Amino acid sequence: MIAFTLNGTPVTVDCPPTERLTEVLRDRLGRTGTKVGCDAGDCGACTVLIDGAQVCACLVPAARAEGRQIETVEARTPELERLRAAFLRHGAAQCGICTPGMLIAAADLLRRTPAPSEAEAAEALGGVLCRCTGYRRIIAAVCDTGETAVPVTEPGAVGAALPRVDGAAKVMGDSFGADDAPESALIVKALRSPHDHAAFRFGDLAAFAARPGVAGVYTADDIPGRNAFGAIPPFADQPAIAASPARFRGECVALVAFEPGAEADLSGFPVTWQPLPALMSPAAAEAPDAPAIHVNRPGNRLIEGKVARGDVVAALAASAHVVTGAMQTGFVEHAYIEPEAGAAWIDGEVLVIRACTQAPVMDRDETAVVLGLPPDRVRIIPAATGGGFGSKLDVSLQPLLGLVALKTGRPCRMTYSRPESMASTTKRHPAEMHGRIGCDAGGRITALEFEGRFDTGAYASWGPTVANRVPVHITGPYRTPHVHASARAVHTNGPVSGAFRGFGVPQGALWQETLYDRLAEKAGIDRLEFRILNALRDGDRTATGQHLASVGIGPCLEALRPHWARALADAATAPGRRGVGVASCWYGCGNTALPNPSTIRLGITAGGRLVLHQGAADIGQGANTVITQIAAEALGLPVAAFDLVGPDTALTPDAGKTSASRQTYVTGRAAQAAGAALRAAILRLVNAGDGAALALDGARLVVAEQDRRREIDLAALPEQAHGYVLVAEETYDPPTSALDAEGQGVPYAVYGYGAQIVELQVDPALGTVQLLKITAAHDVGRAINPALVLGQIEGGIAQGIGLALMEEYLPGRTENLHDYLIPTIGDVPEVESLILEVPDPEGPFGARGLGEHVLIPTAPAILNAIRHATGAEIGRVPALPHRVLEALGAAR
Amino acid sequence: MGSYARPSTLAEALNLMAPGDKRLLAGGTDLYPGAGTALSGDILDLTAVAGLSGLEPTAEGGVRIGACTTWTAIAEADLPPAFDALRAAARQVGGRQIQNAGTIGGNLCNASPAADGVPPLLALDARAELVSPRGTRLLPLADFITGPRKVALDRDEALAAVLIPAPALAGRSAFVKLGARAYLVISIAMVAARIVTEAGRVREAAVAVGACSAVARRLPAVEAALQGARPAEAAERIVPADVAAALAPIDDVRASAAYRAGAATELVRRAVTEALA
Repeated sequence: MIAFTLNGTPVTVDCPPTERLTEVLRDRLGRTGTKVGCDAGDCGACTVLIDGAQVCACLVPAARAEGRQIETVEARTPELERLRAAFLRHGAAQCGICTPGMLIAAADLLRRTPAPSEAEAAEALGGVLCRCTGYRRIIAAVCDTGETAVPVTEPGAVGAALPRVDGAAKVMGDSFGADDAPESALIVKALRSPHDHAAFRFGDLAAFAARPGVAGVYTADDIPGRNAFGAIPPFADQPAIAASPARFRGECVALVAFEPGAEADLSGFPVTWQPLPALMSPAAAEAPDAPAIHVNRPGNRLIEGKVARGDVVAALAASAHVVTGAMQTGFVEHAYIEPEAGAAWIDGEVLVIRACTQAPVMDRDETAVVLGLPPDRVRIIPAATGGGFGSKLDVSLQPLLGLVALKTGRPCRMTYSRPESMASTTKRHPAEMHGRIGCDAGGRITALEFEGRFDTGAYASWGPTVANRVPVHITGPYRTPHVHASARAVHTNGPVSGAFRGFGVPQGALWQETLYDRLAEKAGIDRLEFRILNALRDGDRTATGQHLASVGIGPCLEALRPHWARALADAATAPGRRGVGVASCWYGCGNTALPNPSTIRLGITAGGRLVLHQGAADIGQGANTVITQIAAEALGLPVAAFDLVGPDTALTPDAGKTSASRQTYVTGRAAQAAGAALRAAILRLVNAGDGAALALDGARLVVAEQDRRREIDLAALPEQAHGYVLVAEETYDPPTSALDAEGQGVPYAVYGYGAQIVELQVDPALGTVQLLKITAAHDVGRAINPALVLGQIEGGIAQGIGLALMEEYLPGRTENLHDYLIPTIGDVPEVESLILEVPDPEGPFGARGLGEHVLIPTAPAILNAIRHATGAEIGRVPALPHRVLEALGAAR
Repeated sequence: MGSYARPSTLAEALNLMAPGDKRLLAGGTDLYPGAGTALSGDILDLTAVAGLSGLEPTAEGGVRIGACTTWTAIAEADLPPAFDALRAAARQVGGRQIQNAGTIGGNLCNASPAADGVPPLLALDARAELVSPRGTRLLPLADFITGPRKVALDRDEALAAVLIPAPALAGRSAFVKLGARAYLVISIAMVAARIVTEAGRVREAAVAVGACSAVARRLPAVEAALQGARPAEAAERIVPADVAAALAPIDDVRASAAYRAGAATELVRRAVTEALA
């Protein structure tokens, strides 16, 4: 027995002496506030205090806890209470998975240094990774010595910087997929291919299944339905469990269910591998003699997207200036701090799966197909999701858990290890891009010609979306009369490339925005003024021929003018190789030229409970809060009056997927409509005018106008649908049109815009880059919640920094968080955000999407600043020090 | 499930080590990654053994650092300026969580080519104190770490301490580490330099480079070239050929070999300049 003090209370546990302390705390003592992100000391999510000093609990043997004081996020110490309040106030928690580690590391600091500086905070928290926030809000919260939270009394809904409505759980250690499973759940482990491409044979599976502690072994032969999932149904091709051959390293080929308490050991699993030649680049996959990875896709081409308008060849020939250039990017890992996790069980006739996700209804439908069930026999309950950024749009462990629950009739659980998560889930598409852009003597862009080849990996996933989005966005938010752009997705035996914040547009922006700098130089125009000159304006047509209204890019760029002048002056006078860069973004919100409706239900019970059925998955970005604020504004009742029923396919109508920067806009419109419809129904009941004020007072709904006050006795109203006495359900689908063969049409109803300035310093001897400041101007139409807007901007910038300077996933070589580098708390400089509000006529209260936009300008602005500082032209990201130095050598 | 023991005396530990079948556990920061929910094998946890933790002066006027001394303890210790490089390295090993748990002995025994502790200790002329039931022996650090992930430990032997001889306490040292991000950096390259000056000239230079060869190396040619240099001349006396002579950098996910070779010279110049400042 091991005895120690946990958060002030003596505890004893009986466990193996070298068991990880994380296991002891979470599994044996049920304190799941401490999170596990890597089991390797790389991420800090499991940080706890032992006798007051922060350590990674995943690296501590249980026996060493003997006699010691251990504090976790569940503790109620003064430091933690102060920090919790500050984290909520500053919006320092987004998805919440790193929050316990951050809070504990900060508590360690506050005991040593009660009023820390920013540098001290960064130093103390340097061992905890966050993928959502960009760290700036976290530093602000740690340095905020305010003793008590200022109660939020703002009555307003839309436009108020309210703390997130689900924040209290996040600062106590929220319940993620790994944190809750039924008693006696089986432990599911996947056997995965160690090869990029390999045939395989199984030996005596029955003998392995008969091992003590093994409850079952399952292979592709056990899949009862169609063993092919995929986010875009016509392209669905990915087996939940592969039959031979395995097409990429990390592909699941068998499952083993272990009894709880048994050692989940896959060693000796009867499988024989026969490695096959692997196509590890699009060039190899497009070689004339290359074998087809999928027989129905000749040339290994998944799809090609195209946009053509005008006569590019003639226009380029007539241009005063033309620049030609190429750009290359690698695989980028989402690196959310929560590896995939979940549980499944059978409830009567229904298979229930509780797991991380960005898309509960898609999970339900895809899992149902794989398992041969009607969709209404699968229920998806999203757990708190510790970051997604696109990867958790695809199913991962949902069909695997479902299969084991169906086959055994028993509850089961599964948690991916960090290497398993990195090897088996999707990546950002590597891109090889080249082309030309021209302008006239006055610097006006004339034409753009672009060809992009994207490594879509072994299966389709979101490859078609990337191929279609890139040509549409390749001009950037600039008037370009003649365009010819194509992007093709090519299969390889690399990891599956899927959705990652921006769907290929960030890669395209690296190409076009670095070329625009060179074009501006040729035309002899300041780089910011060149962009302002060419910025799309109201009434302009895009490359797809769409007429735009309420275009925000001009205002964003113009807002940056004083910052640009100041930054250039600073760079010119400061010592060292200082540089300043700028880049823009635009991004269409919602599916590309395809329907993507959202439905929101609002109801009031006879007892006076106001319920919002909010089906938009909140993976940290804040949909729970934003959708509530929009509904509250439309209905006319305060945010605090709302009771949220979270995403659950059994309880919430379909609000679509959390992707394509669509939730604030599309689900927001549905919430606005539902709020307005419920309000209209209430006003009709008492024949009140539009301006009436509503208030809930227990089971009474008070409707007040200037000179009269009506009370509705809710208990006296007849029950309507879903058990409510007042109910509204509204659906919104963006008005778009299909693109024709030339890519002409209206792919999106709403676009968002932004531009960022990066200031940096290059060490010319080592090729290292130090970021000094980023100034970000984003037109969000209407900031529904300005605090959440800031969090999105800073978090997107952090991922843009990673894309530009350090992130490159190499299968088999960077399957952990110390070889795969993401920005730490010391890598994100000061961010000054300028929030612009050019109302969008289609958005709810004028709002546009933001989530992906914010990442797009950062990386190209960094490359442009490096070139400004040194003349070095970087043709491949990440701009690791050796690549920067090489480019510097070439520039000399 | 293997056995686990956490003795409090060296005698007990040596007894348990005698069969030569134990996995020695210190901070755990290198043993746990890749493990399951618990460690496999028979584990001998050395962290409670008296005399294996902490820093103390030796009878000869040097410093003994117990193998189980944590990075935080080293960073916070009151030490002469010759230890500045080691203390700086201690503050850059992983995050604070790792520094609170990870030990200097574990860092050496893990023998990663990128181990941050090695160059500063090489520059301090450190020796490894090895103990076994058969007795105690001392090895120069360069002879203790024999290759990537390889150390000269017999199966029944443990690293008890690193010993810094009295003469190495002279001078000032500096540590320069190069990586692609601010914290949690696995070095692309790192350099420790300890310089002793006399009458405005370099009397003695000890320079070591890590992550640019299978094992971190001292740079004898550079050290020789620095002899007698005035501080202002030091940087120009460091020439790429002298740096390259001792190194054999490789390509990996963090940088190319050619880059490492060039960066090493620059880092050596910076470390020497800082140690002379």
